[in-house]
Amino acid sequence: MKRVLEGSHAVAEAVRLAKVQVISAYPITPQTHIVEILSEYCTKGLMNARFLRVESEHSCMAALIGAQTAGVRTFTATSGQGLALMHELLHWASGARLPIVMAEVNRALAPGWNIWVDQTDSLAQRDTGWIQMYCEDGQEVLDSTLQAFYLAESVNLPVMVVLDAFYLSHTYEPVDVPGQEAVDRFLPPYVPKFQLDTAHPCGFGPLVAPGDYMEMRYHIAMAMDDALIRFGEIEDAFAAQFNRRYGPVEAIECEDAEIIFVTTGTLTSTCRLALQDLRAKGEKAGILKIKLLRPFPYERIREELKGAKKVAVIDRNFSFGAGGIFAQEVRAALCNTPDHPPVFGFIAGIGGRDVTPEMLTEIYRQTKNSDAPQKESVWMGLHEVKYAD
Amino acid sequence: MIEIRFHGRGGQGTVVATILLAKAFFQAGYQVQSFPFFGVERRGAPVEAYVRLDRGKILLRTNVTTPDHVAVQDQTLLHSINVTRGLKPGGWILINSPSPPADLTPYAGFQLAHVDANQIALNHRLGTRTHPIVNTAMIGAFARMLGMPPLEAIAAAIEEDLAADAQSNIEAVRDAYREVCLLGGIG
Repeated sequence: MKRVLEGSHAVAEAVRLAKVQVISAYPITPQTHIVEILSEYCTKGLMNARFLRVESEHSCMAALIGAQTAGVRTFTATSGQGLALMHELLHWASGARLPIVMAEVNRALAPGWNIWVDQTDSLAQRDTGWIQMYCEDGQEVLDSTLQAFYLAESVNLPVMVVLDAFYLSHTYEPVDVPGQEAVDRFLPPYVPKFQLDTAHPCGFGPLVAPGDYMEMRYHIAMAMDDALIRFGEIEDAFAAQFNRRYGPVEAIECEDAEIIFVTTGTLTSTCRLALQDLRAKGEKAGILKIKLLRPFPYERIREELKGAKKVAVIDRNFSFGAGGIFAQEVRAALCNTPDHPPVFGFIAGIGGRDVTPEMLTEIYRQTKNSDAPQKESVWMGLHEVKYAD
Repeated sequence: MIEIRFHGRGGQGTVVATILLAKAFFQAGYQVQSFPFFGVERRGAPVEAYVRLDRGKILLRTNVTTPDHVAVQDQTLLHSINVTRGLKPGGWILINSPSPPADLTPYAGFQLAHVDANQIALNHRLGTRTHPIVNTAMIGAFARMLGMPPLEAIAAAIEEDLAADAQSNIEAVRDAYREVCLLGGIG
């Protein structure tokens, strides 16, 4: 049934429907509404789950590592500084092969103290071994959270469902909330492949000498590769049940496109609007929306971008001294392909600034009018900074 | 697409007003989006919240800068905030006040309406004498001003979100719908 739901509540509904058994969280804006409503569900008995209050995000992840090792389905949500504080244990969760699911509401890192959207917090966790899914609207948030449990548990890797602060976390829109029976048909109960069991004692997290460590890492690498295949299968099962599908990437009018925007998150939606306008004016534009950052869908990205004359990647994030992080990833995906299109990098909407249809049209115009990128990144809409056209 | 901006002060239910309106418009067959100004809310501080409605899926994911209509839940804001900022020519401005503003010049080119939402809220014991919760009365006046959404849709939204106090809120909606004074275009 479609209900007008806040993005944060779309996450919470999915967590309730997934019958999560242990939730732990430390409050931080703009994630707070997610765990606020989950704690209410636990109190009212709408969920049969333990809600563990902790003194920090670091403790929160430690608590979930313990709970998941004991063999239950777990969930947390965080943002910005909270995610940064979890960093050490993010590595631990993936290394221990624990299928923990987290909602990560993208928030800019301080200072300057800023609660608004910027993807640098989650992208800085790129190499922690977590699967990362970026979402465009409330429906995708709910659906991805349900899929996240299935995917995490099928490859024994943790999953981060990533959503934009405010533009998604605090925005109400119609979302189809599935019934419990339909979700139960899609998502099997969690059956741990290993767990703490006093009847069958074993060691967890021991010293691993050079003779074995590399193989353990290789297993994680294989699981991550497998996650891309499993994601496709899980999407098939999801589509069979709910008739919705997103793909690791979504190509929008890319078939004949000469200039393709590469987008993530909610600015994809606004870009769809700009695209309608550009197409109406006869411009051959397209959009490639990236949902999965890890595992990165290299093949699909190469396939979808191969016909383009130019690619314009819009990053709501920045790696100082390098550039927009998705632009780097896209360049890396293309670099070994002969005659690949040039990749133009644009930085927009950092720290919660609007990315408007006009700005996206301007990005298109600048890309169309340049033969090759003049620099790694062009920052859009900066105040008091003058640069030549 | 129609874009609506609500002005209020933290604690007056400004954000809830836009959520209820969005739910009512959705009931009435519209696609909707509602969100607060992406800021930090404190009691008494100026707050903004928005509603977008359209027949098709709403793709725009930005703040509302050029609203079609505006509602002002607290008339003391008129002295400190330019409530017509970005308002499209001919757009409605609904003010919570027993009387129209003494000086109409700032509203030239727009349409004006006012309703004594404080009194209506107090009549139905919504909030306190010093802090009446005026949001449902404002929605009722708004629905009359725009000719939508239907009162039944607003009532359904209130029953979903304000179940504990649904009846008095629905009565406030009906009173405001009846009592709102539509001055119309200001020359």
